[in-house]
Amino acid sequence: VATFLNLFVCCFNKCFLLFQSAKIVIHLHPTPPNKEPGPYQQSKYSYIKLSFKEHGQIEFYRRLTEEMTKKRWENMPVSQPIPTGTGLQAGRTRAVGIVGIERKIEEKRKETDKNISEAFEDLSKLMVKAKEMVELSKSIANKIKDKQGDITEDETIRFKSYLLSMGIADPVTRETHGSGTHYHMQLAKQLGDMLQAPLEERGGMMALTEVYCLVNRARGMELLSPEDLVNACKMFESLKLPLRLRVFDSGVMVVQLQSHSEEEMIASALDNVSDKGSLTAEEFAKLLGLSVLLSKERLLLAEKMGHLCRDDSVEGLRFYPNLF
Amino acid sequence: MSFEWPWQYNFPPFFTLQPNADTRQKQLEAWCSLALSYCRHHKLYTLDVMEAQESPMFNNKKIERKLSMETIQIVFEELRKKGNLEWLDKNKLRCLVMWRRPEEWGKLIYQWVSKNGMVNSVFTLYELSNGDDTQEEEFHGLEEWMLLRSLQALQTDGRAEIISMDDGKGVKFF
Repeated sequence: VATFLNLFVCCFNKCFLLFQSAKIVIHLHPTPPNKEPGPYQQSKYSYIKLSFKEHGQIEFYRRLTEEMTKKRWENMPVSQPIPTGTGLQAGRTRAVGIVGIERKIEEKRKETDKNISEAFEDLSKLMVKAKEMVELSKSIANKIKDKQGDITEDETIRFKSYLLSMGIADPVTRETHGSGTHYHMQLAKQLGDMLQAPLEERGGMMALTEVYCLVNRARGMELLSPEDLVNACKMFESLKLPLRLRVFDSGVMVVQLQSHSEEEMIASALDNVSDKGSLTAEEFAKLLGLSVLLSKERLLLAEKMGHLCRDDSVEGLRFYPNLF
Repeated sequence: MSFEWPWQYNFPPFFTLQPNADTRQKQLEAWCSLALSYCRHHKLYTLDVMEAQESPMFNNKKIERKLSMETIQIVFEELRKKGNLEWLDKNKLRCLVMWRRPEEWGKLIYQWVSKNGMVNSVFTLYELSNGDDTQEEEFHGLEEWMLLRSLQALQTDGRAEIISMDDGKGVKFF
C-alpha cells in the first residue's frame, strides 16, 4: 500500500519565529510508477509544509516521527480488497484511512463529470442545428448575388436586414458598397433631405451617432443599421448632395453641411476662447449649444492650426489663445 | 535685484508640453532661455534634476503649475544640444549649466587681463576667480571647472597657456 506516508523521507521542524507560525516541512520520495489515483496524480513539489498557527507542532512532530518509525499502517490486516489501477468497486468497500478518502474523492469527481456531459447533450444538438441554419442563409445570400433566385428588390433588402439582425455578415453589401447599391443611393438622398434642417439648427455639424439616433427615431419601423448609415453617408459627395461625411483625426465621424466653413468655425472658436480667457471643452459646448464631443473636436482643430494652446493639469484640459 | 520672470511664466499653458509642433518649439525656446537666465541670476553652475523640479524655476506655486519630469528632461536635452548643458552622470541626475559658454567667459577674462595691462603675467586660478582684484568682474566666483574650460578655450585660441604649479594650476596670458 503506497500512500503519501510511504513517500515520507524526512521531516524538518522549522523553528518558531516571531510573527510567523511554526512550520513542519515533510519531504517526500518521488511518486512510484504504480501509484494509485488520488487527488493529485503528481505534483511539481517534493515536500509538504504544515503550518501551525497557535501551537501543537511539537506534539504533532513527536507523534509523526513515532508513527514513521512504527509504520503501523503496514501491519494492518488486509480486510478490504486491494484496489487496482481504476479502483472502483460496485459494493462500497470499507473506506479506511487516506486511501479511503482518496477513493471517495475520485468517485465524486467521476459522478460530476457524468452529470455535466448529460446536461450539455441538448446544447450540442442545438449547435448542430445552428450550423445548418448558417449554411442555409449563406447559400441563399449567394443565390441572390448570382441572381439565380426569383427574388424582388424589396425582398432582397428585407432579407439583408434579417441577416444583419441575426448578426450574419452580409456579403452582398460589402462587395457592392464601392459602386453603391441602389438601396444606399436612395438612402443617401433621403438623408440629404431629412438632415438639412437639423444640421442648420446645430450650426452645420452633427456627430454620426446623433444622426443615427435622429434618423431611426424618425423612421420608427424599418430601422437602419449603423453600417447602412455609414455607407449611405459615404455616397454624399458622389451624388452631389450638399452634405459631407467627415472623419476627424481622433476617429470621430460627423455629417456636416457643405456650406459649413472651417475657417469661420475656427475663427469663432478663437473669439470665444479669447473672450473668456480660457475654455474647457465642456464650457465651450455649453456656450454654443453643441455636444461636448463636437466642441472638443473644434477646439482640437483650432489647436492644430496653431490658434489655441492647451493647459493640461489636474484641474482638467483648458484651451487658451496661443500667445506663444 | 530680484529675478524678473518672463510673461510665459504666469501663463498656465507654458507648463504643458504643447502637441502642436510650432507652438512647442517656441515654448521650448522660452524654457531654455528662462532656465539659463535663472541660473545666471542665481549664479548656479550645477543643477540636480530632482531639486530643480521643486525649485521656483520649474514650479510656479502662484498659478499652481509645474513642469513634469518628462518635460524637464526635454528642456535639458534642448540645452544640451545648444551647448549650454553637460550631464555629469549617466543617469542624467546632475548636470553642469553653462549659461555662458566657455568661449564667452574666456573672452571676458582676457578683456579684463588686457585692460589692466597684465598680459604676460601669471595668475593662479584662485586669483582669477576669488582674488580681490576681480571682485567687480562678472567672472568673480566662477567655479573652477568652468574657469578651467574657459581658459582652455583661450588656450586653443593661443591667447593663454595653462601651467601646472606646486599647489594647483595657473595661467599665463599672451
